Amino acid sequence: MLNRTAENVARATPEPLARKVRGISDKGLAWLFISPTILLLLAINIFPLFWAIYLSFTNFRANRPNEVVKNLGLANYQRILGDQDIWIAMQTTAHFVFWTILLQTLIGFTLAWLIDRKFRGHAFWTTIILVPMMLSPAVVGNFWRFLYEPQIGLFSYAVSFVTRIPPTDIQMLSNVSLAPWSIIIVDTWMWTPYVMLICLAGLRSIPEYIYEAAEVDRASNWRQFWSITLPMALPFIMLAVLFRGIENFKMFDMVTLLTGGGPGSTTEVASITLKRQAFESWRTGYSSAFAIILFVAVFGLANIYVKALNKVKQR
Amino acid sequence: MTRPAISRKWPRWARRGLLENIATAIIAIGFLMLFQPFALALYTYSFITMLAGTVMFIIVSKFPE
Repeated sequence: MLNRTAENVARATPEPLARKVRGISDKGLAWLFISPTILLLLAINIFPLFWAIYLSFTNFRANRPNEVVKNLGLANYQRILGDQDIWIAMQTTAHFVFWTILLQTLIGFTLAWLIDRKFRGHAFWTTIILVPMMLSPAVVGNFWRFLYEPQIGLFSYAVSFVTRIPPTDIQMLSNVSLAPWSIIIVDTWMWTPYVMLICLAGLRSIPEYIYEAAEVDRASNWRQFWSITLPMALPFIMLAVLFRGIENFKMFDMVTLLTGGGPGSTTEVASITLKRQAFESWRTGYSSAFAIILFVAVFGLANIYVKALNKVKQR
Repeated sequence: MTRPAISRKWPRWARRGLLENIATAIIAIGFLMLFQPFALALYTYSFITMLAGTVMFIIVSKFPE
């Protein structure tokens, strides 16, 4: 039956095409099948990357496409790497990435560890915990703006209830020292479930017999955690840190929605500076150079993590 | 067990493990230089350090173990 169908399909192939296909080797046929994906990848990812590298050496401005493009050599890179404002934006990004990753990993792993012990209703609580991750960043940003409102915001009232500070004094988004933390809180709230999910996969992959052997050896719960749970879940934790680290370097939507980089430039992370240079000042060449610097930073970081991950997996 | 011929001929100092560790250390130093809040000079030379480390990592990861 199957052979007959295949024969019918082969017979239905137009003769000129069938003759061409018959002459192609297996390797050639494989290339033929993957070529649309490769072409798409080249057009969407690889070409823009090389185009950005080219633009980073020029004075090109996207709002003046007819102007003569001059080659500036390394001038854009020199300007960026000597610019105090961009240096501060980098520090803001580092502060943001460090705290979000630390909090998300700690809370995410703790939640995964708690959810992993089978208690009544654990599936329900897992679903509830995962809800923030499923929301759109635009919704989360607007929703938290309301929560942070000093007059009507629930967050301000909750903090006021605990600290006894009047809610109108808790200006999360307009206070210079609180604004960066307001973004860290929202990002942690939204993305901790994601870290939890990856850690949970790691914890579920640990075979039960290892714990049973540890029980036989009379290992305490603390000892089991440090000698079995943590080392075996480490590749998964590192994977979560890698994903969140790369994602948070590019953080744009939440910052734009919550503070827009303000007050002043206290929450102006690198991606906001990049957007301002590219689409407000229209310094396309300059912003391309900035994007390449960020790309090299993330690429280098990814290399370190992949190496560390392989090392942990080999243990 | 005999080792492959390429691995035997390849100089010991140019093996993948050691050079990958050096490249990783250079990337990490460059990364810290880019985000540190102490000296603008360190920030200025961070990109070239990171780039050198990354290029080195890409090259040495093809070396034999």
